[in-house]
Amino acid sequence: MSVTMTTRQVGDVTVIDAAGRITLGEGSSAFRDTIKDLVTKGDKKVLLNLSEVSYIDSSGIGELVSGFTTLSNAGGRLKLLGLTKRVQDLLQITKLYTVFEVFDDEAAGLASFS
Amino acid sequence: MAASFEQEIQELVLDSTLESVDQADAASVNFANKVGFSEDDQNSISMAVRECMVNAVAHGNKYNARKKVHLKLEATPGTLIVTIGDEGDGFNENEVPDPLAQENLLKQSGRGLLLMRAFMDECDHAPRVPQGTLVRMVKRLSEF
Repeated sequence: MSVTMTTRQVGDVTVIDAAGRITLGEGSSAFRDTIKDLVTKGDKKVLLNLSEVSYIDSSGIGELVSGFTTLSNAGGRLKLLGLTKRVQDLLQITKLYTVFEVFDDEAAGLASFS
Repeated sequence: MAASFEQEIQELVLDSTLESVDQADAASVNFANKVGFSEDDQNSISMAVRECMVNAVAHGNKYNARKKVHLKLEATPGTLIVTIGDEGDGFNENEVPDPLAQENLLKQSGRGLLLMRAFMDECDHAPRVPQGTLVRMVKRLSEF
């Protein structure tokens, strides 16, 4: 199974509900395309819900970083929600906890953009 | 169920495609399961094997259809040894930027080796004869 990305709007924040695996190939390109579409539309506050993402490889991590940079360069922000233990471990190992704002609770994540 | 510690070896010769990454992953997880590794350890082995296979297919063999990836799985008492060889031009680790350096944190790539080392107990590499790179990774059963 690859990844599915579903976007929904909550106020001025776009929440992306991701499910599946973000890995080299289809999974990472799906995420890249979703971020590009949002930036094109001018949506700059993005909360990425990873609670249903079972697996991310280094290419997937690279896409998260790329999405973060793309949105930051456009004056926006990419924040993360609902990390599984496995994804938390990956962010620790790669020191990306120092880069991303991470939330367990969607309401807190949404409020952080205000 | 108690682990079986008979010496077991499985070898696969794989094409330089992303499908081979899935094949190697599945073979490694099945092998690890068969010799008694926990689900957590199987996930770690899966992660390391996928990263190593991507390196071999994409960076080593550069998706060249004439080049193969050589996967060897060996179980010895308490230990799984994964060896993955490509037929590429080899690589110099000193030329790989440190992915944990502050200036590299936002780079899109370069974390594969870091993850392989993080998820396995040992990970080293050497030139492969006659050509390419040979990566050897070891995972030990936690009770050993």
